This record gives sequence, structure tokens and C-alpha cells, in this order.
Amino acid sequence: MIKVLTALGLVDARRLLDNREISAAELTDAHLNWIDEIDEQVKAFITPMHEQARGMAADADRAIAAGEASPMTGIPVALKDIFCTVDAPTSAASEILKGYRSPMDATVVERLRAARAVFVGKTNTDEFAMGSSTENSAFFTTHNPWDLERVPGGSSGGSSAAVAANEAMVSLGSDTGGSIRQPAGFCGVVGMKPTYGRVSRFGLIAFASSLDQIGPFSRCVEDSAMTLQAIAGHDRRDATSAPVEVPDYLEELRAGVKGLRVGIAEEFSSVEGMEPGVKEACEAAYAMFSELGAELVPVQLPNAKYALPTYYITAPAEASANLARFDGVKYGLNIESDTLLDTYLRTRGEGFGPEVKRRIMLGTYALASGYYDAYYVKAQKVRTLIKRDFDRAFEGVDVILAPTSPTVAFKIGARVDDPLQMYLSDIFTIPANMAGLPGISIPCGFSEGLPVSLQIMGPAFGESVIFRAAHAYEQATTWHKERPALLRERADTTV
Amino acid sequence: MEFRTVIGLEVHTQVLTETKMFCGCSAAASDVPNTHVCAVCLGMPGVLPTVNRAAVEKTVMTGLALDCTIPRFNRFDRKNYMYPDQMKGYQISQYELPMAVSGFLDVEVEGETTRVGITRVHLEEDTARLVHRSGPDGDYSLVDVNRSGVPLMEIVSDPDITSPQQARLYLVALRRILRYIGASSGNMEEGALRCDANISQRSEDGLIVGPKVEIKNMNSFRSVERALDYEIERQRAALRNGETLVQETRGWVETQGITVSQRTKEFADDYRYLPEPDLPPVEFDEAWIGMISTSMAELPVARRDRFVADFGLSFHDADVLTDDVIVADYYEQAIASSGGHYREVATWVSGELFALARNRGGFEYVTVTPEHLSEIVTMVASGEINALTGKSVLLDTAESGTAPRQIVMDQGLTQVSDASIVDDVVREIVAANPKAVEDYRSGKQAVVGFLIGQAMKQMRGRGNPDVVRQALLRTLDNT
Ligand SMILES: [Zn+2]
Repeated sequence: MIKVLTALGLVDARRLLDNREISAAELTDAHLNWIDEIDEQVKAFITPMHEQARGMAADADRAIAAGEASPMTGIPVALKDIFCTVDAPTSAASEILKGYRSPMDATVVERLRAARAVFVGKTNTDEFAMGSSTENSAFFTTHNPWDLERVPGGSSGGSSAAVAANEAMVSLGSDTGGSIRQPAGFCGVVGMKPTYGRVSRFGLIAFASSLDQIGPFSRCVEDSAMTLQAIAGHDRRDATSAPVEVPDYLEELRAGVKGLRVGIAEEFSSVEGMEPGVKEACEAAYAMFSELGAELVPVQLPNAKYALPTYYITAPAEASANLARFDGVKYGLNIESDTLLDTYLRTRGEGFGPEVKRRIMLGTYALASGYYDAYYVKAQKVRTLIKRDFDRAFEGVDVILAPTSPTVAFKIGARVDDPLQMYLSDIFTIPANMAGLPGISIPCGFSEGLPVSLQIMGPAFGESVIFRAAHAYEQATTWHKERPALLRERADTTV
Repeated sequence: MEFRTVIGLEVHTQVLTETKMFCGCSAAASDVPNTHVCAVCLGMPGVLPTVNRAAVEKTVMTGLALDCTIPRFNRFDRKNYMYPDQMKGYQISQYELPMAVSGFLDVEVEGETTRVGITRVHLEEDTARLVHRSGPDGDYSLVDVNRSGVPLMEIVSDPDITSPQQARLYLVALRRILRYIGASSGNMEEGALRCDANISQRSEDGLIVGPKVEIKNMNSFRSVERALDYEIERQRAALRNGETLVQETRGWVETQGITVSQRTKEFADDYRYLPEPDLPPVEFDEAWIGMISTSMAELPVARRDRFVADFGLSFHDADVLTDDVIVADYYEQAIASSGGHYREVATWVSGELFALARNRGGFEYVTVTPEHLSEIVTMVASGEINALTGKSVLLDTAESGTAPRQIVMDQGLTQVSDASIVDDVVREIVAANPKAVEDYRSGKQAVVGFLIGQAMKQMRGRGNPDVVRQALLRTLDNT
């Protein structure tokens, strides 16, 4: 088989590395060279990690030689620049943390490091993961590899674009309201948001603590399962991480969908502004499940329509507290002034971008005395109702299908002046966050030459059945094999 | 017009634990700033808190000791306010669902017991310490993060306290309990226990109700009493003169003996509390609470009553011995080997050992073991040595650590009760002090003591005082 090194998936790369047909150093160099070549256009990375990556690759090669390879050993991974790393700056794409060095690794980083994965760089994101396009990054906007004039989605747009453009084999992102699934959808890759509590949040710079969850981007479902396997599991440093055993995600990956009960919710079938191309592709995908032997079952999620408004109470409320620590006193940007209050005002005034300020204000308002019950408390009650809707639905079905986003990737700049329109692009992903449930986004077609993606949601800790359904669909279709035109012209190292 | 005073107290006390509330750093105080710190208690980006079990146990135990109800569920909340002593911009505290509610503490004032309600007991984290300095370029502040994240328990009383004296005694009783169960050192001077008071006046007919004033900066139990005394007078004078009192926070100025306004509460603080999303709600099961309850040390009042009932001590003696848990423990260890000399040991502890403790700056610095004390008391009780010798042996033991019996043997301190030996000594003394003998004859009984002293001195203090006295009187009367 002839293959470009940067186009390899985990399974092939693993075999080639273990058989010593390629070295981790070669694999890493291929990716780093390609980053050097292509990232001027894609702008996926805030901080490439050439030097660190080569050191890690050498370690990986030694481990392989010693017969100590694990599934992730030598695999080039990109990290959203919101995970703390000891060997590279962690900025959260914010001026307020520009150049910040963390004294610790996030748990996910630590686990991948222990597995001797290779970190090729830290990727762009909307500032503090607040956004759906990376346009809220304090530094620059990442471009969608399918159409450089379009956004890659967000907030983990750098991580999704890096994988779509073959700059990394897999990457990690975080998903608070769709920040993994929506950019995966826009870039035509696989993005998995696990159950809340499945992956430790320690070392993830918090946006909304009760919603944030870390997950992988990859170019196929199997790679997604393997990467999640490496980062999932209880962590005593995160009290919200679940002490629930992690199953072998590959075990039932190939079990197919025959007899699987697949839920289709009326509430997800159409919303205002939904593009017909997206609707068509998704409906065709539902039909494919039926063809593959799954049973399509209508389900009701009557409160799902309140997910977006309650999310925009809950997430900003938590964020307003989470971001209070950035005060210019201890680390990061500091604009010293005559009084403490002025130091706070000026540091935060200049350090935070407009969207972050907007959400801090929203959240502060929602928690203010006299408004707390009407906003925050009420939102939590609705959240419970949304959760109950899903619980009830999952009594009758194994998974629920929905579009990932109502549109394909939009043009850079098209929605920056209209935050509400921007918020709507997460309308199908937010319900899973509010309910704490896992969901995956996989390619299911094209509209206007851009990827359309299908979302598969599952019950709590039901990642296995999601992978199984996603894998079955993927094997029956070829969407995931389509690559952006940007990649076709290249001819680097092949094996 | 007559007024009644209404006082409620808020006590913050550091919980005695090895490590901090939400991280693994040492909770001990350190003279070197910023040494007991880590990413978590520094509030670095990406960190998460994990709950210290020992702090939870001690808080629940405190709740149980104060006869509180322990709700099945409790929860941590974020109390939002930005200040440089607050590493995360919020304090993790408990707001709606505290660990313990609705208890009480009985306070005795001059033999009369008043029941003070306990509103709630909750757990939170301490803040960093700010040190304000002046330099050539102006004033600045330094932050010492060692204290940040040390477990802090807040105990809020109902407004049931009616006098400053009662307030002080409430604190004394509360601290005694905290020390008994090992929940807190209770040391107010070191800042391990802090107290704020809410105080207001109400006219007897209930028609006039003064605003609630919060008093801060009181650094000892004594200053709590003084500050409240001052505040009562200030508030009553204002009400009598028809002045308007405002709801405010006032600080006690120890050196001047006054309170001064710190800020008025025109706007209530808005801490924008929200449930702490990084910590799942805590759920206790009955069995666990039962376990905490059974593992709890005997409380002061119960122990005092037992000392009276089991050891035949007076109420007063038992009260004195049970005031401090270290003393009560010491006493019980000492009587174990004292052959039933319960009252004698009590006398020695509250007399000689307390004197020793005063000299050394605290009972914890008394080096005489309970077993050694018991040895001395037993020797005195059996007449083997006299009480005076016993006292000097005690001091010797305190200095050298040598066993009392060994000291008695080495120095030949055994009491001399042999009448023939004592008679010889007495005769010598009488012969050597003709003036004293004359005074005695002329009716000056006081010289007897002087002569006994001389005789005892001659015998290096070893004479049996009764035998000496009888021999002396016999000799004086017969010469
Ligand atoms: Zn710490």
C-alpha cells in the first residue's frame, strides 16, 4: 500500500511503527514539515512544538525498540491551547494569558505523554473556548481546509482543522456546547464529546465547569475510539470525573447496527435557518441506518428547544466565576494602575475580548441578587427536564440521531456582528451538554461542496454504542474518505 | 427607656487537619511565606478542588457536639468577590445547604444556664494573608498564600445572647468543645479562631428596634466582651438621644477601647453565590454519621459530671479539671495508678501543676508525667514523704525527668516520724532559741510556726509535720 505519512490513520500507523517500517521520528517530521508548509494557510496552530515533538518522537522510538509501545506511542497529536502543558505556553487564545506557562500538565496531556504520544503543537480556539468559529481568538482566525474563506467552526476549530488538513493524526478539543462536534462537522472529521465525567477536566482551563468535557478529533471512528481509550477514566484530581470503569471501545466497534433502535427526534428535524442541503444529507443518513438493519424509532424531546437559552444562562454564570481569577495580580497580563480597582479594570478590560466580556456580563447578571432565582435557578430546573427527556427517550432507543449543525461552515466574518446567529450554530449540540450525554459528529455528505455531519447521541457512558453505530455507518459510506482539495496537490514521504 | 441587647456571634475557626481543604498542601502555619502552596491553592488556570475528608468529618463532629441536625445533603457554593487575598476570585463556601443546622450550646453565667441556638455550621476555605508595607515608592501589599485554602469552619449562633459576659462565656464553652473533639486549636491570638458579633438594641416594649451592627477586629475573648460593652452604651445613648443608628460594620480598636465605623451597608454585598460545579453535592449516609458520633470524644459537661460522680470530686474541682481537655486527660491518666487517691491527685493537679504550668507558659509545657505525679501523691498519702518534700520532688522531677521515687531514695528524703529522733532535734531547737521560748510563754502562739520551721530545716524538710508539732508543744510545755 502506498500512503502519504500525514494521511495515515492510527491503525495503519501503529502497524508500521510496530513493524519498524517507519519510525516515530519520520512520522513526526512528516507532520512538522507539512505544518510548516500548509499552516500559513490553515492557521490551525498558536504554538507549534517542533523541538518538543522531536524529543518526544525519539522517546517513542526508544519505547518501541524496547517493546514498550502502547496504542498512542509515536502518534502525532495536536492539543487545543486550553489544556495546560509544562513544555509549551498555554494561552486559551487570550491576551490575558499570552505567554503563560503552566506549572502542570492537564490529566489528558499527562496520560498521552505517559503513552508516549507526540505533541506537534497547541491549536487555535475561540478565546476561553467561547465561540463557534475561532473568530474570537485574540490572535487570528483559523481557516477551514475545505474552503479557506470559511470558518472551521469552534471553539476547537484549530484542532479540527489540524486533523482535516493532515497536520496531526488526531487532536484533542473541549466541548461545552458543541465545541468539538460542531467544528468536526464543519471540517468533515470525526469529533467525539464523551459523557460528562468520562474524561478528567483537570488542567483544562475552565469555561463552564458543569458542561466542559474533553474529547478527540480524528479522521475515522476507530481512531476516535482509540484516542478516547487513552484519555478516559477516573482521576482523583477531578471530583466530577466518574469512578466508572472504561470499557474496551474496540470490543463492540464492529458489531454493526442490526437490531439497534435508533431514535429520530421531531425536535431536531428542522429549525429556523436550517439549510436544505444539511437536512437532506441527514435524512439520507437516517435512511442508511434503516437499510443497515437498524430500527428507526420516533422519540420526543419536548424540552430540547429550551437547551439553547438555558445554556446561555448556565454557561456564562459559571464562566463569570471561572474567569474571576484573571486579575493581573498573579500571572498573565498585568496593567498596573494607581488603585487596585483600576488594575483590575484595565487588565481585564484590555486582556479579555468582546465575546468573553459579553459572557462575563451575562453570567454576572444571571447570578445577581434578585435575578438569581428567575434566571440561574430556573435554568437549572429546565436542565433537569431536558435530562429527563433524554432519560425517557433512551429507555426506548439505543442512540439518537440529529444533524450536528443546521448549516455548513459559514464565511469568515459572516456572523461576527450577530452573536445570536452565531449561537444558533450550536442548537443541535447543546442539548447533549445540558444532559451530560455523549455525542459524536461524523461526516454524512456534502452541501455546496462543504461537509455535512451527522450527530449520534447516546445514554450516559454509552460511548461504545455510539462508536458502534458511527463505525457501521462510516463503513457503509465513503464520506470520510473525501479529503479537502488543499491536500490533493501534495506528495511528500510515502510508504 | 429600658433596652434589651440582642447579640449573635459568627465564629470562624481553622479546622485541625494535616492538609488544606481542597489540595494536598500542609495546613500548618509557616514563618516562611508561600511555602505551603501548590497550583490548586494558588488558583492557577485549569486546577480543580478535591474535598478534604478529615475536614468534613471534624465539621460534622462539631455539628453533632452542638446538638445540630446533620442534613443528608450538603453542597459547596462559590462566593464571588475579587480581592488579592482571594486566589480564584471566589471562595468555596457553603451557602444554602450547610453541613449542620439547628443546634444549641448551653452557656452558664453565674450558675444560671442559658441555651444559645446554633443556626448553622458550615465548611469553607481560608483566604491568603495580605501584608501591607510602605516603601520609598509608596505603599504596597504582599500576599502570603500559605493560609489560602486552610479549612475554615463557620459557626453561626442565633441572636439569643443577651449580654457581653454571656457572649464571652459562649465563646469559652464553644472553644472548650472544639478543643475536646480536636476540631480546632481554638487559639484566638494566633487567628485560628475569629469572632464577629452582630449586636442591636430593642426597647422593652418592643416598639424601638435598633439596626444590626456588625463588630469586627476583636482579637481575644476579653476584647469581645469589652467591645460589646462599649457598643451597648454607644447604641443606647444614641437611641435615648433620638439619634439615628445605621446598619453598619464597625471595627474594635483595642488600644482606645472604642468601635469605629468601617462601612455602612447601604448596599448589601452581592456575592452572587452559585453551586460549586467542580464539586458534586455531598451525601451522608446514616451509618457514617453514626460512626462519627461514636468516635467523638466525651464532651466537657459530660466529663465534668462523671468526675463528680465517679471520683467524688466537688463540682468546682471537676469544673476546673475539665476546662481544658489536656488537663482532664492528664488527670485521668494520673489517677489510674494512684491507688484511689482521686481527690488528692485533683488537689495536686489544680495546685502544684497549675502553678508549674503558669511558670512555663501553659499546661502543655508541664514535663512531669501523670505517672510520676501519681507516684508523688501516693508517697505523700502513705506518709512515706511529707507534702513539702513532695513539692520539692515534683520540681526536681520537672527539671530532671528523674522518677520521684528515685529522687527520694537518692537524696534520703523519706519522712522522719520516729519520735525519739524528732525529740532530739526539737530539744536542740528549743535550747538554741531562748527568746522564742520566752515569747511563747508570754502567749505568742505565732512562734510555734517559727520553731517548727527551724526544726524542719534542721531535718532538711523530712520531718513528719504532725510528729514535729506534737514534740515541740510537748517540749515547750514541759520545760
Ligand atoms: Zn495547595
